[in-house]
Amino acid sequence: MNIKKIAKFLFLPTAVLFSIPCLVAGQEMESHLGKLTGHAESGKQLYYRFCWGCHGFRGDGTGENWLPTGNFPTEPYLNIQPRNFDAAVFKCRSTPTGTLPTDQDLYNSVERGFVMSNMPSWISLTKQQRADLVAFIKTFSPRFKNEKPGELINVPAEPKLTLESIKHGQELFQKLECWKCHGQEGRGDGPSASTLTDSNDQPIRPYNFAVGSRFKCGSTNQDLYKIFMTGVDGTPMPSFADVVKPDEAWDLVHYLRTLQVTHKSPELVLWESTKEGSQQVASRRVSGTPTGSGIK
Amino acid sequence: MFLKQRQLGRKKQATWVASALWVVVLLALALSDTGPAVALPPPALHLRAIPAFARKYGMPCSACHEAWPKLNNFGQTFKDNGYQMMNDRDAPIFQQAAYWPVAFRITPNWHRESVDRTDITNPATGGVTTEGQLTTHGFDLSGLDILTAGTLAKNISFLLVPSADNTASFHFESANVRFDNLLHTSWLNVKVGKFELDNIISEKRILTLSNNGGLYQIYHFIPVGDINGFGLGDNQLGAELSGHSRNDYTRYSIALLSSNDGNVSLPNGHGYDTFLTFSQAFDAGSLGLQRVGAFAYLGRAPTYVSTQAGGSAIADGLGQKSFYRAGLYGLWYIKKLDFMTMYTHASDSAFLGTGTPAYTPLPLGAQAPVWNGGMIETHYTWNPQFILINRYELIRMSRQALVTNPGNLGDIDSLTFGYRYYPFISSRAGLAFHNEYSIVRQRGVAPISGRDVSSSSVFLGFDFAF
Repeated sequence: MNIKKIAKFLFLPTAVLFSIPCLVAGQEMESHLGKLTGHAESGKQLYYRFCWGCHGFRGDGTGENWLPTGNFPTEPYLNIQPRNFDAAVFKCRSTPTGTLPTDQDLYNSVERGFVMSNMPSWISLTKQQRADLVAFIKTFSPRFKNEKPGELINVPAEPKLTLESIKHGQELFQKLECWKCHGQEGRGDGPSASTLTDSNDQPIRPYNFAVGSRFKCGSTNQDLYKIFMTGVDGTPMPSFADVVKPDEAWDLVHYLRTLQVTHKSPELVLWESTKEGSQQVASRRVSGTPTGSGIK
Repeated sequence: MFLKQRQLGRKKQATWVASALWVVVLLALALSDTGPAVALPPPALHLRAIPAFARKYGMPCSACHEAWPKLNNFGQTFKDNGYQMMNDRDAPIFQQAAYWPVAFRITPNWHRESVDRTDITNPATGGVTTEGQLTTHGFDLSGLDILTAGTLAKNISFLLVPSADNTASFHFESANVRFDNLLHTSWLNVKVGKFELDNIISEKRILTLSNNGGLYQIYHFIPVGDINGFGLGDNQLGAELSGHSRNDYTRYSIALLSSNDGNVSLPNGHGYDTFLTFSQAFDAGSLGLQRVGAFAYLGRAPTYVSTQAGGSAIADGLGQKSFYRAGLYGLWYIKKLDFMTMYTHASDSAFLGTGTPAYTPLPLGAQAPVWNGGMIETHYTWNPQFILINRYELIRMSRQALVTNPGNLGDIDSLTFGYRYYPFISSRAGLAFHNEYSIVRQRGVAPISGRDVSSSSVFLGFDFAF
């Protein structure tokens, strides 16, 4: 076999081998977070160190901890299916429902993690590493190449906390039928709760306000405001941007804080200062043997 | 163009030569049998990598470990949170009832040990004790670690490690309970029991396993003639107060420890030691996380004992004299390349250094021995499945316990290099093919001639944890 024949013999496999990196979509994807630029190529190495066990090699949420047979995983290590990055549907955004999140939204999710799920906070990574991961996550869906993130929703300044605001929030809680899913006491046990499924057809439980102080998408009042206005995509929680006015949304925020009976917020303190509020809060507090589950 | 090709060719050639040399060196070292085969002490490893956590949280080993058992900052944060991810799902109530937080680790291996000057008595040559080279090699087992750890409830954690040497003789390597996030802050955590000192450069998570390389020399060095049995790498009994920032960049701990070097039943009687450490990490952008820290151990050790039961049992350790170990360390990252550096300064009381009971006068010319140690350990983490390791340690006596001793008596130089290859990474179990060479030279400690002693280890093993 002469050199030309060898070259021909080697050409095809070599060409295929070298074209693989080009076929892997968008390795040159970047994320931009202020002065920080994340690079997908670096993020890829981090993803295959930290993330693939849950989110899978292809980013479709089917890692080795989620091996579905029929509709259920064989090993229920994760009771919430990890995010499918292919679908590019993200819960926590500062953009309207149905639109892509900003890089900062994804970065915040990586940094914060998701309470009551298996997704931990990755705050112990460096900022650059988190930015790189965001850049790589965006390579899984062509939407990030073809679309821009939605317009940032406006979060107006929080009005002063008053009893009237809390009471109006309580009325809205009834009027908007939040209780149907979240329950009258905010324990995530409303009449519809057991019927709810997410976009993966997996059962999903509404947020239980009675435990802890953190929400899926943050822990501040601004975060809670954003949750109403953007909705939590991929879950039954809709956006209320077209239904409530900004000042009404703030009233709802103030009332919902009073449902967090284990978290001493200014709203709870004010609400407890009234006879009606103190009775409500007292009846909602669970006492007994601590189980270690967060119930106090 | 032509020049480039030639350079590439040379590079390729150099890579091949280096690879071949690596194999040849290891093979040559392994096969050069120049002495009689007599059993040397087997390696007794008590190392940490806990697949029970991987199974609990469904995360691959590589999430918490740079290369297991060495932790990365995410793993360190998890450990510092009391084995919690802090997602309000850490309590056992969220686990399947059948989940049992237990993992096993052992390393079937082949190893070769050689020491160039040791005292050998061979009946075949007339039973005369002579100084000579001793080389042994063969298939062997490491010790076994049974690692159980996790949460008892939210913010209450435990670690229990029954460990055996390779004859299945068990002891408790670790046994502690930890109360986390007291007063709702990560700055207050309390641990009580037997535990590893809060060494960021952890000997329990060392990446080298051989007889010579499986420990940090500077954690265990004792001057020639010294009777202090303390080792910074030994797990200790006591209580520790610790804290850290949310991202674990800032860490501190203060421990009050029994002066028994981790041995149970108070063999040294009464006495307490203190260990303090602090470290701070810095985000260096694309280079990675850099960390610097310092530690100090202030301890006491007995110089003689009183006895009871007719002299057959130790009643109390008496004549306690002080010693200290202090040091600075750094973890430096340049992307995939990282360096662990450490400097230590240590001293023992002259009584401990000369082995003199405190009720007798010190020998003429006795003084408190002082020494310094340095270490640099380099890793190249090609990917989560392959890591190259290199370590150099040196220890230099700056003051001998007796002025008549040679100035360099006991000085140590140690070089270790190797690699670990993990054929798979999963959230259920771990396996590493481990290959290592280590050589240690100590000055003036040959038993008969008083010359330098060099010993070397070659180690090939399958390190697995399930």
